[in-house]
Amino acid sequence: MLLSETYRKIAIDGIWNNNIVFGQNLALCPLLAVTGTATNGLGMGIATLVVITASNGLISLTRHLIPNEIRIPIFVLLIAALVTLVDILMNAWAHELYKVLGLFIALIVTNCALLGRAESFASKQPVKQALWDGFMMGLGFTLVLVALGAAREISSAGTLFANASLLLGESFKFLEVTVIPNYKGFLLMALPPGGFIMLAFLIVGKRLIDQKLALRKVQHAVLSEPLTE
Amino acid sequence: MKIDPVILQRLQDKMAIYREFVKNWLEPSNLARLRPKLEFQTGILAGFALLASILLGVTNCSTQGTIQQRLDEDLKKSLQEVVPVTLYDNDLLQDTLTIPSADYNIGANETTVYLAKKSGKVTAVCFKFIAPDGYSGAINMIIGIDRDGNILGVRVLSHKETPGLGDKIEVAKSTWILNFVGRSLDNLTPAQWAVKKDGGVFDQFAGATITPRKSVQATYRSLQLFKAHQAQLINP
Repeated sequence: MLLSETYRKIAIDGIWNNNIVFGQNLALCPLLAVTGTATNGLGMGIATLVVITASNGLISLTRHLIPNEIRIPIFVLLIAALVTLVDILMNAWAHELYKVLGLFIALIVTNCALLGRAESFASKQPVKQALWDGFMMGLGFTLVLVALGAAREISSAGTLFANASLLLGESFKFLEVTVIPNYKGFLLMALPPGGFIMLAFLIVGKRLIDQKLALRKVQHAVLSEPLTE
Repeated sequence: MKIDPVILQRLQDKMAIYREFVKNWLEPSNLARLRPKLEFQTGILAGFALLASILLGVTNCSTQGTIQQRLDEDLKKSLQEVVPVTLYDNDLLQDTLTIPSADYNIGANETTVYLAKKSGKVTAVCFKFIAPDGYSGAINMIIGIDRDGNILGVRVLSHKETPGLGDKIEVAKSTWILNFVGRSLDNLTPAQWAVKKDGGVFDQFAGATITPRKSVQATYRSLQLFKAHQAQLINP
């Protein structure tokens, strides 16, 4: 086994069971705001991934110093400082990337999932686990953003990963594909209501898979139970 | 200079005591005892706020120069996009003129105009302007105009419009902004300086009308600014 039981559970929780969007129903504001295209979703996902990992680590590191009564202002302070720091540093040292991602970074402050993870995980767990949890939560969030962005982009414009080379560099030009040629476009899906509709479909899909899995588990348990009279 | 070993020893002892104290103080059990105390809470909140401010302040100060440099590079690049390099042989960033622009609602009371000169004669001008009423805040733009008042090019420098909808004003996302090339106050009537929805000649975007509408209007106002100062600008 590559990972120990604890880390495996954190990973599965972050990506599937307790996914920020599917499991906790958090972060809907940035989610619906930027997932017009898969590329935008990816950009927002990567930016969030970095900040949530850092904020989880920082809060876990200082968790013994933070009194229960004033934990919320401190978490908000730390997250806001971190987001601003990433914003400034990227502007100075990764200016090309900043011109593409800069739009999303300020939006991370509105992401209550960061506060949620700080509150329910990082403030109670050792640094290593907290970092891993932040990374996995960020990864799960990125996957949902890309999936939702891709679904909306295909249904609204007929393309996939349009402008990906702006975000990832020219070598990723191959990602940009036209799925439906001569597509007239379906504007609703590019607008916020389309985001809600597509999100509903994704959540239904996730629930159906969960149901199937649960059913199979029960069947498996029944079959493997020793027969008694 | 040689340090007295006795003093050095004493210093080291003192350091060890301090280190021991900090280590003990940071012990989870000690912090658990301190946490419910009001003084501790006040101190910690102040401490975190102070640390965050220092960190942000230092980062801001230390990166300001670099960011300015990056912005200058960007500006130079944008200037080259709206004024072809073949039109001038001077340094645009150095050859500037400031004109009052408070009446034109393009974001600033004074506008710095970069003059493109070829052998001393102004061939084109270029200045930044702002559409202050974009869908989600100001849209920073730049325009290049030849000496007769025709647009050489318009570009968006920065904006906060909706990703995927309003950001089609960027040349990287769509060719929309290239429609301004060759337009002037003479070859379009004031009514035509609008998006198609409002009876003009410029396209709007699916799902975003305000962004292109405000960009067109601000471009129109910046042309008016040029016209008002044309004589002064082309014969400085």
